[in-house]
Amino acid sequence: MSEVPDDLRYTEEHEYLRDAGSEGEFFVGITDYAQGELGDVVFVELPSVGDSFEHMEVFGTIEAVKAVSELFCPLAGEVVEVNEALDDDPALVNSDPYGDGWMIRIRAADPSAADGLLGADAYRSHLEEA
Amino acid sequence: MTFVPHSDADRRDMLGRVGVSDIDELFRDVPRDLVRSEPLELPRALSEWEAVRRLRELAARNPSLVSFTGGGLYDHHVPAAVDHIIRRSEFYTAYTPYQPEVAQGTLQVIYEFQTMVCELTGMEVANASMYDGATATGEAALMALSVARRGRILLAGSLHPHYRKVVETYAEGSASGVDVVPAGEDGRVHPDALAEAIDDDTACVIVQNPNFFGLLEELEPLAEAAHERGALLVTAVADPVSLAMIRPPGEAGADIVAGEGQPFGNAPSFGGPVVGLFATRREHVRKMPGRIVGATEDEEGRRGYVLTLQTREQQIRRERATSNICTNQGLNALAATVYLAAVGREGLRRVAETSARNAHFARGLIEEMDGVEPLHPDAPFLREFAIRTREDSRAILERGIARGILAGVSLSRFPGLGAPDGLLLAFTEKRNRAEIEDLMDVIGG
Repeated sequence: MSEVPDDLRYTEEHEYLRDAGSEGEFFVGITDYAQGELGDVVFVELPSVGDSFEHMEVFGTIEAVKAVSELFCPLAGEVVEVNEALDDDPALVNSDPYGDGWMIRIRAADPSAADGLLGADAYRSHLEEA
Repeated sequence: MTFVPHSDADRRDMLGRVGVSDIDELFRDVPRDLVRSEPLELPRALSEWEAVRRLRELAARNPSLVSFTGGGLYDHHVPAAVDHIIRRSEFYTAYTPYQPEVAQGTLQVIYEFQTMVCELTGMEVANASMYDGATATGEAALMALSVARRGRILLAGSLHPHYRKVVETYAEGSASGVDVVPAGEDGRVHPDALAEAIDDDTACVIVQNPNFFGLLEELEPLAEAAHERGALLVTAVADPVSLAMIRPPGEAGADIVAGEGQPFGNAPSFGGPVVGLFATRREHVRKMPGRIVGATEDEEGRRGYVLTLQTREQQIRRERATSNICTNQGLNALAATVYLAAVGREGLRRVAETSARNAHFARGLIEEMDGVEPLHPDAPFLREFAIRTREDSRAILERGIARGILAGVSLSRFPGLGAPDGLLLAFTEKRNRAEIEDLMDVIGG
């Protein structure tokens, strides 16, 4: 069973949102389930700092050995940091999806929109249906 | 496997399975007015011998001409080894390998091809080939849009007019516009004019070198002008033999090199089939169109070859693919690889130098003639240059054909260039002094 931490928010496309501790900022990555389904990640294409995205707009792509998937931005906002460590070591997404494998940090246009995303229980049920 | 045609019984069985009575009923959804009701007017079928005789008659009507045409296709010698090797049945396929890993020999050749393209262009990665120089340039433009995340394409006015048309076709629906920087009086693009034409939405500048007129552009300042404004430099190489003599475009600052590979072991024929070259910097490899062969090791540590980065390609990524190309010109790329291996680094340089020497010998004769003059007297060229003719250039061409000489390419075919009437003359190592003097007789009337 994939790990689904209680304190995160999720999308049906298997991105997670983790509160970055400073006002209105969040880390975005893909879930443990998603990395398991993709298999060995070989490349993550990320946006530039300063780029803005709408809710569920594609912000990048993730490439595994056999597939490439879109990455969707769970909240509208602006990218304030990208995880450059993934350039050299994209497998961090596999080994530590919720930690060192994060992808972008965003400043949400409306932080309260996070409440509209799936909670851990809802995401677990979503996985069971899948 | 032998070819097994469908018998009448097979057809009846298949039609029965889908529940229709005959072929016409199968196609009943095609609007009636689009269906031809009368039978095709075809001549009666020929026996094998009759067909051979007919084809020989047709072939005999092809005149054998001494060619001074260039403009993107060049009449170089193709060593006998090329035809011998590409006709081996292990290799003989026109197309990209679709069950690639069982075709290790084919993959190894493509890998060698990619390595040669990188060495010639001074770039870090190359693909398994494209259709031709023009479509490779179109793909380069699309790739630049994606890398730069900008919308406009800027072309040098000295780009081959056919390349320009192909880029414009590719750009339709992809780019927000295509702009042109006209070439200066001397037939070349000036860095200042280029810098002025680049704006914040210019994804790339496409410069051909040597350019359509055979002239050498100064790539470094053009690359600087592009990079200063955040645009990529795409270098189109319609004459890859030039790469044996000039500084590779990669060293001069090109971000993408798109080229024609025909002069390497492929006959010009009537314009094809030919083979496109495509190379870029490693940082852009995931945006590069087409197939890429990589070297790897199998479980037992033996070297093997695979198609790599296929996840970007159309058969996997569908509409989100890097490009619509997921093939290569297998046989033509093989011919190019065998050619380059056969002539080697020194051989290719001698081909280039002999071609250039012939061109410069001819140029000297042109300068002494009445009624014609070099179109760009002050710009440097290698083996191709344009002349202005007082007489209609098409009349000169006709006179040449009557004497067994193809006296170049008429500039009047390209009204968009803004050049006066004249001829574009190209020279290869196959031409000799007597042939060049005959050409001068034709041009002089």
